[in-house]
Amino acid sequence: MALKIVKGSIDRMFDKNLQDLVRGIRNHKEDEAKYISTCIDEIKQELKQDNIAVKANAVCKLTYLQMLGYDVSWAAFNIVEVMSSSKFTYKRIGYLAASQCFHESTDVIMLTTNQIRKDLSSPNQYDTGVALTGLSCFVTPDLARDLANDIMTLMSHTKPYIRKKAVLIMYKVFLKYPESLRPAFPRLKEKLEDPDPGVQSAAVNVICELARRNPKNYLSLAPLFFKLMTSSTNNWVLIKIIKLFGALTPLEPRLGKKLIEPLTNLIHRALDLLYGMVSKKNLMEIVKKLMLHVDKAEGTTYRDELLTKIIDICSQSNYQYITNFEWYISILVELTRLEGTRHGHLIASQMLDVAIRVKAIRIFAVAQMATLLDNAHLLTGNMQRNGICEVLYAAAWICGEFSEHLENPMQTLEAMLRPKVATLPGHIQAVYVQNAAKLFSTVLKSQEGSTEGTAAQETSQLMIDRLPLFVQSANLEVQERASCILQLVKYIQKLQQKEVEVAEEVSALFAGELNPVAPKAQKKVPVPEGLDLDAWINEPPSESESEDEQPKAIFAKEEPKHSRSRHTEVDEKELARRREARKQEQANNPFYIKASPSSQKVYQESPGVEHIPVVQIDLTVPLKVPGLPMSDQYLKLEEERRQKERADKKKKEKKKRKEKRSGRGRRHDSGPESEEDITPAHMVDIVTEEMPETYILPTPDNRLLTMSSTSIFLFFFIEQKSSKHKKKKQKKEKEEKEKKKKKKHHHHHRHHSDGGADESVQNGTVEDEEPLPVSMCLTLNHKVCDIQGNLQDGSQVVVSVIFENKCDSLLKSMEFNVLDSLNSKLQRPEGSGPHDGFTVPFQLPPGVSNEARLVFTVQSIVMPQKMKGTLTFIVKNEDSSIHEKLDFKLHFTCTSYLITTPCYSDAFAKLLESGDLKCSSVRLEEVNMPFHHLLARICFHHHFSVVERIDSCASMYSRSIQGHHVCLLVKTTVSIDAKCDEPTLLGNVLDEIKQTFSQC
Amino acid sequence: MIRAILIFNNHGKPRLSKFYEHYTEDTEQQIIRETFHLVSKRDENVCNFLEGGMLIGGSDYKLIYRHYATLYFVFCVDSSESELGILDLIQVFVETLDKCFENVCELDLIFHVDKVHNILAEMVMGGMVLETNMNEIIMQVDAQNKMEKSETFIFQSTRQDR
Repeated sequence: MALKIVKGSIDRMFDKNLQDLVRGIRNHKEDEAKYISTCIDEIKQELKQDNIAVKANAVCKLTYLQMLGYDVSWAAFNIVEVMSSSKFTYKRIGYLAASQCFHESTDVIMLTTNQIRKDLSSPNQYDTGVALTGLSCFVTPDLARDLANDIMTLMSHTKPYIRKKAVLIMYKVFLKYPESLRPAFPRLKEKLEDPDPGVQSAAVNVICELARRNPKNYLSLAPLFFKLMTSSTNNWVLIKIIKLFGALTPLEPRLGKKLIEPLTNLIHRALDLLYGMVSKKNLMEIVKKLMLHVDKAEGTTYRDELLTKIIDICSQSNYQYITNFEWYISILVELTRLEGTRHGHLIASQMLDVAIRVKAIRIFAVAQMATLLDNAHLLTGNMQRNGICEVLYAAAWICGEFSEHLENPMQTLEAMLRPKVATLPGHIQAVYVQNAAKLFSTVLKSQEGSTEGTAAQETSQLMIDRLPLFVQSANLEVQERASCILQLVKYIQKLQQKEVEVAEEVSALFAGELNPVAPKAQKKVPVPEGLDLDAWINEPPSESESEDEQPKAIFAKEEPKHSRSRHTEVDEKELARRREARKQEQANNPFYIKASPSSQKVYQESPGVEHIPVVQIDLTVPLKVPGLPMSDQYLKLEEERRQKERADKKKKEKKKRKEKRSGRGRRHDSGPESEEDITPAHMVDIVTEEMPETYILPTPDNRLLTMSSTSIFLFFFIEQKSSKHKKKKQKKEKEEKEKKKKKKHHHHHRHHSDGGADESVQNGTVEDEEPLPVSMCLTLNHKVCDIQGNLQDGSQVVVSVIFENKCDSLLKSMEFNVLDSLNSKLQRPEGSGPHDGFTVPFQLPPGVSNEARLVFTVQSIVMPQKMKGTLTFIVKNEDSSIHEKLDFKLHFTCTSYLITTPCYSDAFAKLLESGDLKCSSVRLEEVNMPFHHLLARICFHHHFSVVERIDSCASMYSRSIQGHHVCLLVKTTVSIDAKCDEPTLLGNVLDEIKQTFSQC
Repeated sequence: MIRAILIFNNHGKPRLSKFYEHYTEDTEQQIIRETFHLVSKRDENVCNFLEGGMLIGGSDYKLIYRHYATLYFVFCVDSSESELGILDLIQVFVETLDKCFENVCELDLIFHVDKVHNILAEMVMGGMVLETNMNEIIMQVDAQNKMEKSETFIFQSTRQDR
């Protein structure tokens, strides 16, 4: 007996396993059918043996052949034999085979009943699990009838793993043996409230399927499902339940009412998701959809919710996703048409914000706001009740402040002085009055410049006629402003009558551009010499005094503690406290633009920055559409623009391809014989298997993109054998990776020699004596994009791969493929399928190296990424060829998204002060190198440029391909303070810098 | 209910086929071809749902697919399933494969179709969704593999890890 087992084991060593079979089939493309028929013969032999391992192996191979379309029903009995094995390994193989090829008319199924029953009651939960899984695929009415009771018992098994499977399979049992439904149903219903979510989900699944067939019978379960719907967090369950309610509500109308609340909750959740989903590309589309919903929405609450969501989405992260502000203004204007919204002030603040901060949009914004003012009556129909008239506040201010951009200031002025304005809320009237004055000055200027002197006087008269209405206003602010301005205009009129030119002086009243001020602006104003802000002006009150006065004094509470040492020396703590208090105060003061938290340190220490900072958001607006805007127009234009870009790109690529093709023709390339399958398109190329006589480097035209000046190198050396001769300064991690790869490769190769085919021995020796080293040198590099014109394409990364053949055989049919992630995609050459491998357009004779380029599109660049990929190729010897595969990882570091960009110190200072940048810092441990080396290293490895170097510190700058600014302040104490408008990106870049220095 | 789960590559070569309804081997091959034909000609940026082919049940059934690198993952389902739910399930499936195979690629599926079946069996059972929680799936698959390993002879195990 023992001998038999040993003999069996030895036999097994020479059997083909599944992997060998697969490999064999792949190596016999020309005569696949013939090869498989010999394999089937072998399998038949194997099935005749007593050894269950051999049988199981044979059955496993049959399962594979079944997938390829071969009928394997002849082996049904053997499958049952393998199913009956006591070993889980074989049992699983057997059940899998059975589930793939058994069906109701398979006669041996009758033989399985007892075996399955035995497995169902096995103490090993996985035996039971495997049996249930298999049974779910091939259950027959007989099996259902015979096993229904056993399965029903399993529904109360102690292990949730068994319970959920048992519950789920009950549906199949019901289908085949309907009589079992009645006795099983109470228990099934009970499982809806099972403590295990998996079991619960299975029960919901089954009942939903049942209810779909006959909803009426399950109406009574509605309350239970309702409870589940409000409590479950499992999306799968929720979807199922909602589907079920879809079937139930027509039968029970009251249900609909009850469902409104939980369903709207779900909708709100979906809206929240949207917030995170938007990108520059889809923003317009998403907002368009939301606008449609706004139009259709019935309840004002829901409409308001949508409105705030739209604004939230658009304005998030400093309008990060808006590429066209004209579009955004149009959206805001469209939103003003909503009746009864409470969010007028929100729209107004957005209008103001955008008009102030995006200079380029002002002309457009002013035109839009003028139209709004002109049509104010449309908004103010029932103004007191709705908040939408708030937008007039913004409109009036924008038209007044930027009145130089108005096309017809006179008309706007008239609109602002209409009697109806007096019905607006007071604070809006006040803004109207003040800005009417601004407009007045602009109008005067233009009218005085022209020939007619009377026009200017008429304008003054208009003001004098209309303003008294506001002087009578009950609102103090309006009254005061109106009477001031009225007197001013009267005086102006007097001067005009004496033919004095006043326009210059009047406009001087409102001269100077109002720019947004950064939170730190005040700090940058140097304190005049000799002024000590912290010194006391008067002697501080003594302690006893202050105690006496405590109840009366306003600041008394804080005073006593510090009074003693105060005026001679102010300690650090106190200063810090005061700074804090000041910050608090500023934060509450509307005249300060709010600070981003913790961005202070860098400013304090950054040298040579004396400017009063100004927020600059310079966004060029490419489109100008006259007239009242419809946001849809922009969407269309945007689409057209993108399409055109695409078309251009395609054209270029086509051209390249053409050239490539003709080039290939010359070269007599044997063509890419794809990994295994040949589509007709490839067929033309496969003319000869012969090696090309000479190897011609691809012309630059073959390249997908030209390289930019910056590039960094990532090396992956992959070798099969221990690399004694490779003493590279590589970091440990990479070496580990290498080893892993080696290992993988190794295995793969050995399998080959196991393959039993003719070449096996030879391969074995080849592998033993001469390693087959393949070195891949991957270069990562980026395309610099014209960000102004084309924000969307700041997302291309070009990877240059140098393939070097170090073995003695020809390498051909190299196919490079990467598993695309959501964020990064390999751009495939045109003509191949969107996810085809990238066929390397050359072969590699021994010792030759060549370079191929791959273009990736990357959406978000704030995180480093690893892309997994494989390189498959054929190693061709004189009389054999082997298919090989290399796994590799492409590491896109955040650094690799940075482009060295020079920056002048004043621009740099402005940038730092803008307050839009988030702050972070890092210390480099144990770095002993001259400061300039350190800087050079950061410049070289991380694509920074030095902006300015002062003694012990240096400021550095770089820019990402998507236009993020990254600023560093490096000090000789080897600490780096850094700022960037994208905190995640910054964090990652700093990590990478740290890593660079930890390696040296 | 799910009627079939198919994985094939960009050339239509089947890498896994799981039918929860009985068809003859020939019909199965035709279904794979038909499905490949339907799915592969679709553009990258169009919807991931479409009507099923005639062989698998026509317009009563939907094909829900995702395309990853060289592989198409196609689920053929009836109207009781939510398209988005299934799309999510495909993602769970692929992520699970990725965890189990460490950087899954087409070759893994080619050589280890049995393992893929075992993983799938923990997610879908008899055409019904069994489990959607990836951690749970991986835990059960690992536990079973561990059991298998403890049973297997040493020389076999060296052969089996690729």
